[in-house]
Formats: sequence, structure tokens, C-alpha cells
Amino acid sequence: MKNIAVSNRRDFLRTTMSGVIAGMLPVSLVRLSYGKEGGPDFTFAYISDSHIQQVKGNQFVRNWDRGLIRAVAEANLLEPKPDFVVFGGDLAQLGSKPELDHGAEMLAKLNYKTFMVMGEHDYYLDLGEYWSKLYGKHYYSWNHKGVHFITLNSILTYDDWTFDRWESDERRMNEMAGLDNPNGSPFMIGAKQMEWLRKDLAKISKDTPIVVFSHSPLQKIYKGWNFWTEEADDIQAMLKPFDKVNVIYGHVHQIQYNQIGNIAFTSVMSTAWPWPYPESYALAESHLPILTVPMNRADPFNERDATGWQFMSMHTGRVDLEFNLYNNSNRTIAFNTAKGHPEDTTFTDPENRIPAQQHF
Amino acid sequence: MNKSLIAMSIAVGNLILATPILAEGPLGLPGLPVPTDNPQTPEKIALGSRLFNDVRFSATGDVSCATCHVAEKAFTDSPLSVSEGIRKLTGTRNAPTVVNAAFNKTQFWDGRSPDLEDQALHPFVNPVEMALPNHDALLAIVRGDPAYVQSFSGVFGVSAAAITMKEVTRAIAAFERTQISGDSPFDRWYFAGEQDAISAQAKRGFTTFLGNGRCVSCHAIEQDFAVFTDHLFHNIGIGINNIQDKVPELARAFQVAKNAGLDVDVAVLSDADTSHLGRFAVDDQFSSMGSFKTSTLRNIDVTAPYMHDGSLKTLREVVEHYNNGGVTKPEDPVNPFLSGGIRPLNLTEQEIDDLVAFMEALTSPQFQSLKAQSVAAAGVSGDAQ
Repeated sequence: MKNIAVSNRRDFLRTTMSGVIAGMLPVSLVRLSYGKEGGPDFTFAYISDSHIQQVKGNQFVRNWDRGLIRAVAEANLLEPKPDFVVFGGDLAQLGSKPELDHGAEMLAKLNYKTFMVMGEHDYYLDLGEYWSKLYGKHYYSWNHKGVHFITLNSILTYDDWTFDRWESDERRMNEMAGLDNPNGSPFMIGAKQMEWLRKDLAKISKDTPIVVFSHSPLQKIYKGWNFWTEEADDIQAMLKPFDKVNVIYGHVHQIQYNQIGNIAFTSVMSTAWPWPYPESYALAESHLPILTVPMNRADPFNERDATGWQFMSMHTGRVDLEFNLYNNSNRTIAFNTAKGHPEDTTFTDPENRIPAQQHF
Repeated sequence: MNKSLIAMSIAVGNLILATPILAEGPLGLPGLPVPTDNPQTPEKIALGSRLFNDVRFSATGDVSCATCHVAEKAFTDSPLSVSEGIRKLTGTRNAPTVVNAAFNKTQFWDGRSPDLEDQALHPFVNPVEMALPNHDALLAIVRGDPAYVQSFSGVFGVSAAAITMKEVTRAIAAFERTQISGDSPFDRWYFAGEQDAISAQAKRGFTTFLGNGRCVSCHAIEQDFAVFTDHLFHNIGIGINNIQDKVPELARAFQVAKNAGLDVDVAVLSDADTSHLGRFAVDDQFSSMGSFKTSTLRNIDVTAPYMHDGSLKTLREVVEHYNNGGVTKPEDPVNPFLSGGIRPLNLTEQEIDDLVAFMEALTSPQFQSLKAQSVAAAGVSGDAQ
């Protein structure tokens, strides 16, 4: 498989008119026309869920540091250069200033403009106050080469959970960080942001491709781990009138993809650690999208196994994702226009799959 | 070298009762993989040996394969850090031993050749090795030598004019497949249950090898044999640590040149910085940046110095490098592309010494006598065993 991919790329490199190298990832980077007629092509990179964690003082968890350092160094090697990088949230583990500062220092080595998404681990210690000092607004939108990009803060929750419930900010942070936690609370964007989104979308023509970045999935997958956004149905309804909508989300530390109406959902990997699939782990019913090809469990020896980052290209209004995965075959989740949904270009065919390990 | 099946069965009977002995050969090695299109014959092996040692296949007429793969030095050029070709030109890489290379799934430090046959093509024409202008120069010598013509006719059934590099490399590979060695003290202890074969310290070292040292995850051993490699490529912080700031520029320049037709074999042996890109130069994968093939540990005690660039002089330095989490000096910066398997080990001084003692127990009988001279050449004082 790998050989085929490489030779495709070589063929492309040899025949491309520009003569510049067209991507160091082993992918067939076909020249893609994007969006509205005549819109320019572009690419961007996506790094997420680094969970930089302070041990004490200047000491941070080495493994998580290495994941982010490596993703940044590799993204800087990309050719052609991506137009920008998105960091998909959970830069810190427990939202402290030292963690956010240490993470920001590593991210600052990126040679590109970087857009930030808020994760719950960045937020629930001080409700995003220090993060704002570093990165500004929690939700915002911008236009780039004919595409409308929206970044949401999707990890808010009910006010009565957030305020006046916990004896300390640290307790609040820890409660939100737990999985299958009966004290937890579902993620939301909240009424104020919902209204902002409504107004933002009102200005956009229906044939403009839309890409939404959120930390949590804007679809309901598994509530116990907050693979969930409470107003997912309402948000999807707001996005429904647009011809082409793409939602890219972090939080889940695994590859997921799904199509709901016109909306293509794709998750990204964590640079820190993988989560298993809820269906293989949880005692509760899982709504994991059926298009998803399960990942094998990680090799505990190799700290980078089952972690990675993404290189994305636009494809007629759709986002194609190249997953750069260490100790694993790289994977491509691309929008299949004939089928009308994203799919794994290699492993959708069961013949090509590496049998997943079923016992843990 | 050949043991009787019965003797081996008895010897290992206590340890691995249910495992049949499949192949004759040195203790501790798997069956010899031989390509179906290149079977071993005594005549072919003899021809390969002669080709391997023929200095005429070099631009200056004084370098052969055996110049860097010296039989008396366990088929390395120890104690050189990197090999010397014609006119003392130096390459960028430490000569890997031919011994047990037959078990490798790829050849060269970066795996750029799939097998011994393909590997043998390249040094003849590499400008810093034997530097022939092309393979025709070699074939002209072979075709003009009546003894070679007779041998090739007998082994391959080809006339002088029909001899090609295919026959030449097949003969060399057949010779190289005879250079296998097991029967080390470790093998006699672990696979044959000979309790006194290695010291208590080496046994403790083996425990560390399996446990705290995290060695066995890459230097793999199997139920009934051990080649001590996973045949994979890992960035362990050698070489690339010294060029960290240059990686983006080097990687880009290399990719541009490669896509314009650069000869990778020439490039990686001509420029030290490019050499440190490692497997990336071969497969273009980010995850291969600065990574090199896991080398065998057999006879490691007699093949100093170590690593792809020969930058570590002793086995203790090697263990300390791993113990530091992929940096030779604890204060050195870790490279961003470090393999996820490499991390600080927090080994005790005792565990480090034990690991070295374990590796010293991996020397086959035919190379035991090299130990004293190897240690002396590496400038190490004292006797470790």
C-alpha cells in the first residue's frame, strides 16, 4: 500500500507543472480545485489535544511534550507550506498558567499563522481567562480564499454547573476532566454563542463552503466521555441550508468520520495519547459513526503510537485529511463525492484492513 | 558449524520441549533464508568469495568489499568510525558487519537495499567507496579473466559475454550467506540450558535487557532463536541530534534534489549532514526522520565503534546514550523526531554494567580472539570480564 502511495506521489511530482515539491507526506496530492469556481487551492495543518501537564515547577510530563514538539517540527517541514495551522484545543491538561505558557512556547515554534480552539482542559480552571490573554477570543470566524471558517467554543456547559457549585476552581477542572463522571456535565456552546453563530451565518451565501472547528463533536456520539455537544441538533439545523459544511473536531483522540445531511464530520488525533473506541470499552450503548474504521490498540512501548497530527487540503468545498501517524500506516480520510460522505481511502475496503484487536 | 539434530534436541530439550528443531545451523539462529532463485552451492560460494576480495573492482585497484568488511575483524573495519574507500576517502557510515546480514530484511543502515544481491551493486560505483565509473567496468574485468569466465560458466551456465551484474551479485550474496554465527555463550545458556555458559552479571544484564533497559522491544529475541533486531528503523538521537537546526533546510534540499533524480546512495555517503536524515532519505516519511535500522547485537563486543556514524566508542557509552533518553550527554537537546520508544531509563550504574556484560556474552567462538584487540583499539582500559 505504502509503495503504491509513494509511486503515485512520485508520478505527480514528476508531472506537475509547477516543478516545486508538492508535499512531503506520502500522499498523492492531486491538484484540487476548490470551492466556488476558480477559487484557489490551499492546505492547512491541524494539531490537537496535546494536554501539556505540569508535574511540578519546571517539570512537565515528558511524553506529552514530545508529542507536541514533534508535531510542530513536522508541520514546519511541510511542502507546500500550509496557509495556516489550527490547534484544536486541550493545549493544557489542568488549565494552569504554567501549562498554557509551556504549551504556547512550543506552539510558537510553528512557522505559520495559528488559529486556536478552546478545549475543556484549557477552560475550567479559570474559565478561559489566561487562555484569552494568550490567544484572544473564544469563538470567531474568518474568510480565507472563498471559504468561511468558524471556530466555536463548544465546551461550555450549564451555568449552574460552572458557577457556585464547586469549592475550588481546581475541583471544577478535575470534575470536567473525568470520564464517565456522574458529576460531569454535557458540553454546550450556550445561548449567547448560538445567537452569535446565527448572525454570523446570516451574512454567508448558501454556496459558500463552510468549515467549522470545534473541540467537541457537534454530533452526539457518547455522553459519558462528552463525545457530545448538547445543542448538536440545533447547530446542525443552522448549518443545514449551506451546500457544503465540514466540521473538524478534537477531544476524542481517535479517528472518526460521519456524514449527516450536507455536513461532513471528521475528528483529529491527539498528539498525547489515544482513547479506545467507546464501543470497545464502555458499558453503555455507543453511537460511534458506522463509517468509522476502528483503530488497533496502541503499542505501550512506543509513546507516540496511536498519536499524530493532520495535514488537510480542500477538495471542491470539502476537507480531505491526511493523518500522520507514528508507528502506523498513515491514513487518509477524504470526501467521496460519488458516495456523498467522507471515507478512509484505503481501509474502507475490508480486504485492506489490518484486523483490529478485540480483547483488552 | 553443522550440528547433529540429535545433539541439538538434547541440548535444548529442557528449555523448549515442544519446539521442533527445524534447521541445522549455529545455536541461536533461525533457519538461513535463501532466495529460491539463488540457491547456495559450494562453487557459487567460492566464486562469491573471490569477487568479494577482488581489489580490481575499484578505480584505484586497491579496494575490495573486504577492505571495509574484514574477515579478521568480524567483517567490519573496526576501529574506524566511518569507512575508507579509494584514496582514503571517507564515507559517512560505520561499516555494518556482513556476519548474519543474511538474516536482515533490508540492507544498509537505512535499508535502501531490499536484499544482499541488491546491496552488492552499490559500493562498486559509489564515488567514496570503490568508485568505478559504472558496472560495465567491473564486467569487463570479469569477462576478461579466464578463471572467472570458467567459474561463471560452471555456476550459472553463462558465456563470458553473457555475464551480468545479476550473476556477480548473486555469487557475492551466496558467499555472504555463509557468514553466519551463533553459538555464543548467551546462546549456550539461554537456548541450550548450559548454566555456567555466562556469568551471573551477564544473566542480570539479560534481565535488564528484557525489563528496565527496554532493549528487547527493538533488539528482538524469539522463542528459539535471536537475531536481536526488529528489522525496523528508529530515531534514537544519533547524528540528527547534531543537525537539529538544519533539518528543515536539509530535508527540503534533499527532497528537491531527489525529485530531480539525485542518486540517494551517493548522496547519503557523500555528505554527513544528509546521511543523518537516515531512513527519511529513502522513504520520504516524516516518521522516518533521522532513523536507522536496528542493528544486530551479535558480536557487538568486537565491532566497536557503534551507531551509524561510529560516534560511540564503547558499549557503555551506548547504554548511557539510551539511559539519557536519546542524548549522548545528559544536557544535550533531544531531537524533535525522537522515536516514541526512546525515553530516559533511570538505570543504576550496576544495571548499566550488567547490560554491557550481557552484550559481551554475545560473541561467537570464532570471534572471541578479537575481543582483546578490539578493546585495545577502542582505547578502553581495564578488562570487563
